[in-house]
Amino acid sequence: MVPFHPMLAKVHITLKNGVLDPQGKAIHSALNQLGFEGVSNVNLGKYLEITLDTMPEMEAKKKVREMCEKLLANTVIESYQITLVP
Amino acid sequence: MNCGVVVFPGSNCDHDVYHILKHVFGLETKWVWHKDRSLKGFDLVVLPGGFSYGDYLRAGAIARFSPIMDAVINYAEGGGRLLGICNGFQVLVESGLLPGALMRNRSQKFICKPVHLRLENHDTPFTLGTQSGAILKIPVAHAEGNYFADPETLKTMNEQGQIVFRYCNPEGTVSEESNPNGSSENIAGIANTRKNVLGMMPHPERCADPLWRDRDGQVIFKSLIKSYYS
Repeated sequence: MVPFHPMLAKVHITLKNGVLDPQGKAIHSALNQLGFEGVSNVNLGKYLEITLDTMPEMEAKKKVREMCEKLLANTVIESYQITLVP
Repeated sequence: MNCGVVVFPGSNCDHDVYHILKHVFGLETKWVWHKDRSLKGFDLVVLPGGFSYGDYLRAGAIARFSPIMDAVINYAEGGGRLLGICNGFQVLVESGLLPGALMRNRSQKFICKPVHLRLENHDTPFTLGTQSGAILKIPVAHAEGNYFADPETLKTMNEQGQIVFRYCNPEGTVSEESNPNGSSENIAGIANTRKNVLGMMPHPERCADPLWRDRDGQVIFKSLIKSYYS
């Protein structure tokens, strides 16, 4: 019998290239004001951890991609990246 | 004319718009709970302002999947008049009934103040009571009103007359200084191509009571009534 191993999907959602990120810009200028040098850009995004029941990796990836397209990301302005951790 | 005001958990301008429709304009007005599934018999449906579902994930992103939304989409696709104000506008873009997206204000701040709008298209049921070029003073109150659409979408919207309001100065000049939130092309309100769906960030229901000094918001409701009876 296969033991029950929940699978973790890590989802990073960030603004697409070319979409102005005012929060990232504000953080960037705060870092500069604090004296952190050598920072050329900051982008702020969202990070979600989704725990899934045991399922084949292909199926998990497909499911999480559907979640991103339907609800988690607004694909007009955001892109997403999925990492599965068994 | 039968009006429905949709109430999501977290809506907070629902009573204001209900008051204007029912008590100021004397229209038959009913509440529609977000768990209802029918919009039968309505001539106008309003998605009001507020913070549906606490703005979790993105403003409007979760309300967009409320049980009532299938009926809202069918109603709009059938030509029903649908007005989304502030959070209601955010729900409309999330649902895909209107193009583009509403992002965090460029300033990062919640903005609550009267602004001036230039009417860009009077050929809609929401604006036919006035003329293109008219300047309206209507308050905004939002943190996510920064309208974004890609250049191609903006081009189509301009060609189709979908841009209904732009932020301007009191003289009607649309400029960077009169843009409160960073919206593309100073966009404050847009319609779908068929012009039966309007989304706007400013709150016409907050300046439509005759007891108040500012009443420019009445234009929207008067236009809808005029359009219904013509």
